[in-house]
Amino acid sequence: MTAPPLAGLRVLDFSQFLAGPYASLRLADLGAEVIKVERAGMGDLSRYLYVSDVLIDGESSIFHAINRGKSSVAVDLKSSEGKARIWQLIEGADVVIQNFRPGVIERLGFGYDAVRARNPDIVYGSISGYGTGHTWEALPGQDLLAQARSGIMWLSGNDRDGPVALGLPVADILAGAALVHGILALLVRRGLTGEGGHTETSLIEAIADLQFELLSTHMNDGGILPSRPATNAAHAYLSAPYGLYRTADGHIAIAMNDLRDLWQCLDIEVDISGLDAFRDRDRISAVLANHVRRMKTHALAHLLEQADIWAAPVMDWAEFDEAGILQSLGMIGRERRGGTDIATLLSPIRIDGTRPSASGPAPRLGDGGDAWRTQP
Amino acid sequence: MKPLEGLRVLDFAQFLSGPYAALRLADLGAEVIKVERPKSGDLCRSLVISDQKVGDDSLLFHTINRNKKSVTADLKDARDLDKVKALIATADVMIHNYRPGVMDRIGLGYDAVQAINPRLVYGEVSGYGTSGPWVGKPGQDLVVQAMTGMPWLSGNDGDAPVPAGFAVLDIACGNHLAQGIMAALIRRGTTGKGALVEVDLMSSSFDFQFEIFTSFLNGDGKMPKRSAVSNANATVAAPYGIYQCRDGFLALAMAPIATLAELLDCPDLTPMSDPDMWFSRRDEIKEILRGHLSTQVVRHWLDQLEPADIWCAEVMDWPKITETEGFDALDIVQEIAGPDGKSIRTTSCPIRIDGTRMRSGKGGPPLGADNELLSNGNNPAE
Repeated sequence: MTAPPLAGLRVLDFSQFLAGPYASLRLADLGAEVIKVERAGMGDLSRYLYVSDVLIDGESSIFHAINRGKSSVAVDLKSSEGKARIWQLIEGADVVIQNFRPGVIERLGFGYDAVRARNPDIVYGSISGYGTGHTWEALPGQDLLAQARSGIMWLSGNDRDGPVALGLPVADILAGAALVHGILALLVRRGLTGEGGHTETSLIEAIADLQFELLSTHMNDGGILPSRPATNAAHAYLSAPYGLYRTADGHIAIAMNDLRDLWQCLDIEVDISGLDAFRDRDRISAVLANHVRRMKTHALAHLLEQADIWAAPVMDWAEFDEAGILQSLGMIGRERRGGTDIATLLSPIRIDGTRPSASGPAPRLGDGGDAWRTQP
Repeated sequence: MKPLEGLRVLDFAQFLSGPYAALRLADLGAEVIKVERPKSGDLCRSLVISDQKVGDDSLLFHTINRNKKSVTADLKDARDLDKVKALIATADVMIHNYRPGVMDRIGLGYDAVQAINPRLVYGEVSGYGTSGPWVGKPGQDLVVQAMTGMPWLSGNDGDAPVPAGFAVLDIACGNHLAQGIMAALIRRGTTGKGALVEVDLMSSSFDFQFEIFTSFLNGDGKMPKRSAVSNANATVAAPYGIYQCRDGFLALAMAPIATLAELLDCPDLTPMSDPDMWFSRRDEIKEILRGHLSTQVVRHWLDQLEPADIWCAEVMDWPKITETEGFDALDIVQEIAGPDGKSIRTTSCPIRIDGTRMRSGKGGPPLGADNELLSNGNNPAE
């Protein structure tokens, strides 16, 4: 079997919470050795960020989700002894990741220029909230606040809802993903030229990129604001029937489809032939909503699928879990720490038919094993 | 030097997920050639939103396919297929998002292509993977959001499920494809061998939800319940959420309730100072905040909270943020050239390398604009 693609590379990860650690998780899945550099005594604060009653071996389940397969060294970055040990690690590292607020890592002595001076081919990745060199640089780099500033809250939900936050840390995750791109691209270049480099991104850049299709539309259509449908909304710029509809026992999602096919499939008698699928989408959706509300979700989904109409039942995780799809794809992993069995969600990327995944649970603070050795 | 300079990518994909991955590779310096069917090309060329067209193609097409080249080929025609194979022999990466099995039937499946070019990194996007009962289902963004539980995480408890109002999974999945491709290129540097990289919208959806989905997998098998008031994350305690003020909306992230009671002059919150209450009684706390915050303008509250380093922000829309100094300083917007000489404003790659932003002024290619590459495909990338 071929080695995972990043086998033999060592990543030193100074970051905490989600954006930076998500980037190093993906690098770990792809085969790199990832060492978390944590504050002695305390460590990554997400160890204590409890989002539910689910603790795993005494630490938060999200810490485990984000940091599986990494090792940890606990250091006082302000002491000269701690600094000396970190320099030793940096000399054997290929990649450094950090997400301190701008200026902090430089004050600690491990900014890009200082690191490059000691290890010239280092690939160095930085994530901030809003970039550097302007009035926003000191703002807290927090996901909800980046969502709030980015305009994205006016794209989901119905017209009269007010701003709707996505209930997931999209800015953190996509900033982490963008950093992975920058790091991998620099590693490709290093393979050819031997030179390292510094790649930077921020929550606000990542969330602008997430909206790039619609934001570009806005920048060229004379600044028209997105206008969400009045009901059943799933997209501000698409025609009926695109949206979610309530049924007798749940909800169904109906994507872009030819309205005539849909009307025929469901035997809807209300005539909409004079209506425009975009301009009159609220009237059309109302007819459809009224028609499907007495139907059962799964029967309806089946009927639509048979007619090759793009639709699906809106499921929750329990229903999805029952379908057994993730298990059949091999995306659920098993780890064990401190006598606790842990179910983990593995990487979404398959390479050569297998799913490269970091092995091992999340580390206990300072549980670096042999991480202190200077060469991988 | 842009990091991927000298690499050639063939992009057989259409719409968003595959072309988004190719766009990122183009941003990072690769030469990207779209391989499109004659006459219609990428169907995104005719997907017009907000009446925005540039020349013959939709603005959307330019947004997603800027800085790429285009060749046309009928993959069912033996002569065209031979030309495409010659082009594949010169490529480093190819990407497609045909439904499972289609490329095998055409003769461009991974095994067949490996025989032509063993160094090729082959990227494939599907809806639900390449085996299992869901293979035939449409791999469409909203459909996959619906099936993977995602719409139950946004909106308030009691609301219908709320999907993300844009193609969040196409973008997530395109990100994952670009990651897998670049990792495989790094390995190729050592081994000389290509790889098959597969991603699917469904797995990408769970990766997006992975933190709290892991709690679900290790917990009691129930979905987290959204907050009934100002929900912005089903698993986070009060005050996390969006609140209406007299003239707009305020986003409040995590903050100690006792501190908020004092800074906002809201004594009703004081009895809720115990951190144990912030989750178990979050709807009551947020109800009090909702009433209190509605009495003043956003600026008033920011002036109380920001000096105390409380994590909060004004909820902005696009006209507002694009006028701020912060947005301007990031230099996210770039101008690219449309076919008729008209300039198009769009976003840039969200990644900066060595302090500079990866840019190119080239717009999306007219269909078949680079067909000479097919007659002379053995030329390596420029």
